[in-house]
Amino acid sequence: MSDKFTKSMARNIFIGGSLFFFLLFLGLTFDTMSSLPKRDHRENITPQVASGKMLWEENNCIGCHTLLGEGAYFAPELGNVYKRFGENKEVIKAFIKSRPVTGIPGRRSMPQFNLTDQQLDDLAEFLKWTSEIDTNNWPPNIQG
Amino acid sequence: MKYKSQAVAKLYFIAALVLFAAQVIFGLIMAYQYVVGDFLFPEIPFNVARMVHTNTLIVWLLFGFMGAAYYLVPEESERELYSPLLAKVLFWVFLVAAGLTVAGYLLVPYAQLAELTMNELWPTMGREFLEQPTITKLGIVVVALGFLFNIGMTILTGRKTVVNVVMLTGLLGLAVFFLFSLYNPANLVLDKYWWWWTVHLWVEGTWELILGSILAFVLIKTTGVDREVIEKWLYVIIAMALITGILGTGHHYYWIGTPEYWQLVGSVFSAMEPIPFFMMTVFAFNMVNQRRKDHPNKAAVLWALGCAVMAFLGAGVWGFLHTLAPVNYYTHGTQITAAHGHMAFYGAYAMIVLAMISYSMPFMTHGKPANSNKAQIIEMWGFWLMTVSIVFITLFLTGAGILQVWLQRMGTNPESFMAAQDSISIFYWLRFATGWVFLAGLLVYFYSFFAGGEPKEENA
Ligand code: HEM
Ligand code: HEM
Ligand SMILES: [Fe+2]
Repeated sequence: MSDKFTKSMARNIFIGGSLFFFLLFLGLTFDTMSSLPKRDHRENITPQVASGKMLWEENNCIGCHTLLGEGAYFAPELGNVYKRFGENKEVIKAFIKSRPVTGIPGRRSMPQFNLTDQQLDDLAEFLKWTSEIDTNNWPPNIQG
Repeated sequence: MKYKSQAVAKLYFIAALVLFAAQVIFGLIMAYQYVVGDFLFPEIPFNVARMVHTNTLIVWLLFGFMGAAYYLVPEESERELYSPLLAKVLFWVFLVAAGLTVAGYLLVPYAQLAELTMNELWPTMGREFLEQPTITKLGIVVVALGFLFNIGMTILTGRKTVVNVVMLTGLLGLAVFFLFSLYNPANLVLDKYWWWWTVHLWVEGTWELILGSILAFVLIKTTGVDREVIEKWLYVIIAMALITGILGTGHHYYWIGTPEYWQLVGSVFSAMEPIPFFMMTVFAFNMVNQRRKDHPNKAAVLWALGCAVMAFLGAGVWGFLHTLAPVNYYTHGTQITAAHGHMAFYGAYAMIVLAMISYSMPFMTHGKPANSNKAQIIEMWGFWLMTVSIVFITLFLTGAGILQVWLQRMGTNPESFMAAQDSISIFYWLRFATGWVFLAGLLVYFYSFFAGGEPKEENA
């Protein structure tokens, strides 16, 4: 690198540049926070949805599935599963409930979580709420 | 090694390497589950293996960064470590916490672990990479604070160089952004928004400072190039890293409920994120070409150069591949993501830790600057086996990902996820086979520590 470009100039670019872009990032974050309510429909986050999210977490569903494209890539996307299953919560509940304890021979198997009917309902409500988030039209099709 | 207390780094490096081995074994388990789905089911379901794989990865890299800091900070600061005792105590605290957490993953169902650790009081579990019980997360914060205090005091009361100040800045940032892992709102969109402040601002932000300063340190030591030149490069690299990487976070805000403008912001800034990685490659090769001495530790130089190249390929090239919003619309959350994750994590962060281990271990084991020729040749075999394996794993996953996108997300009659997975299983078999070569490379690398022979002296 040229001698006219000194170390202290480089340091100033580092400090000034990172501060500037971090502040800009904070500004955009602020704007995002104020426009999110319209996109995430938080008015629909009932205690049931919140409990469903907690169940989602406490059973580590993200360890196999993606949710809005983030997570593991071993099992199907679930952000739109409510729509894929015909907008029917009962189908989702029946699927989770019917997983065989010892798996499906030779196939990728989902554990049997032994959830109560109330818990299944909470989870399904959470997945329904998730499917209604405005994701800019992602995923590209119903397969996720 | 100039100061006795630098030797605490050895403990950290040994723990890092043991966890690395565990990481790879669980990677192999998952790679087999990808093709024989019910392997080890229900004893070790895929999600459990995955937590062990990714959490041991993060923890061994943290051990590696801490070890690197304990080694290089005293040398740069020209004084003993502020408190070697604190460094040892924190080592055991961290190791026991990590061990208990992994044991928890493996021994009880995750829901029961959540209950045992009272997750409902402060729910932070069950999010990718941040699966640790809240109590473990708090433990990590305590260890990080103690560690920063120790390193900080050493630097503040000693010589301040660009290398140790950048290292400290990076480590501080690492600790600060980890705090976001403790925030988990019931609103999934907010949860995801802030989750990336830990995950993205680590690997494409603060960790790059740590990476840059370790690389600079190893290059100063092995090439003898004037510190002024290296330090100027370091500043320019980390400046570019943060200027592009902070707003580059936007490449994760395309489809999670956040406003559309992130597609523009994220695409533009993350498209420039390869620049600092490219500069690292130019920097490393330039310094080695302009070297003032021939350091006898050829293996360490190979790791440093390899790291620069592989970080550019994994983060820069494979990152760019799927970072523009119109591309990411199709590739988001597919095997392409996994391909990139592997080469980037290995190339940038695993390799920089291995470079530091390679450079410093000879001093800590026998006081000479380099291992015997024989040991170095074995180490280099380990380097090539692991690095070539990761390249092939990345290529196979990229092949799988392209087909997955084609079959499942394009056309008028897309296949279901599971059907598409069946169609591309040949790539998963190839990845599984290559995983064994990676493990073999790791074992060869381990063997190099026991190969013996006459350590090499400084070249005249
Ligand atoms: C024998 C070698 C390895 C094998 C067979 C392997 C296999 C796997 C598998 C199957 C997954 C889960 C993908 C999914 O969610 O569906 C995974 C995830 C991951 N592995 Fe590995 N792995 C290996 C080595 C490594 C190494 C050396 C690193 C880094 C140094 C690494 C870093 C990661 C990361 C970061 C993830 C999460 C990726 C993401 O979320 O996109 N792995 N690995
Ligand atoms: C050493 C630095 C980097 C590391 C360790 C790294 C690692 C990762 C990992 C593990 C993921 C998956 C996260 C998840 O599981 O959801 C990811 C995602 C991603 N990375 Fe990186 N990355 C690095 C640098 C970069 C750079 C420089 C770019 C852009 C040029 C980039 C672009 C992306 C994109 C676009 C995604 C999202 C993929 C998706 O939509 O599924 N990364 N990265
Ligand atoms: Fe990122």
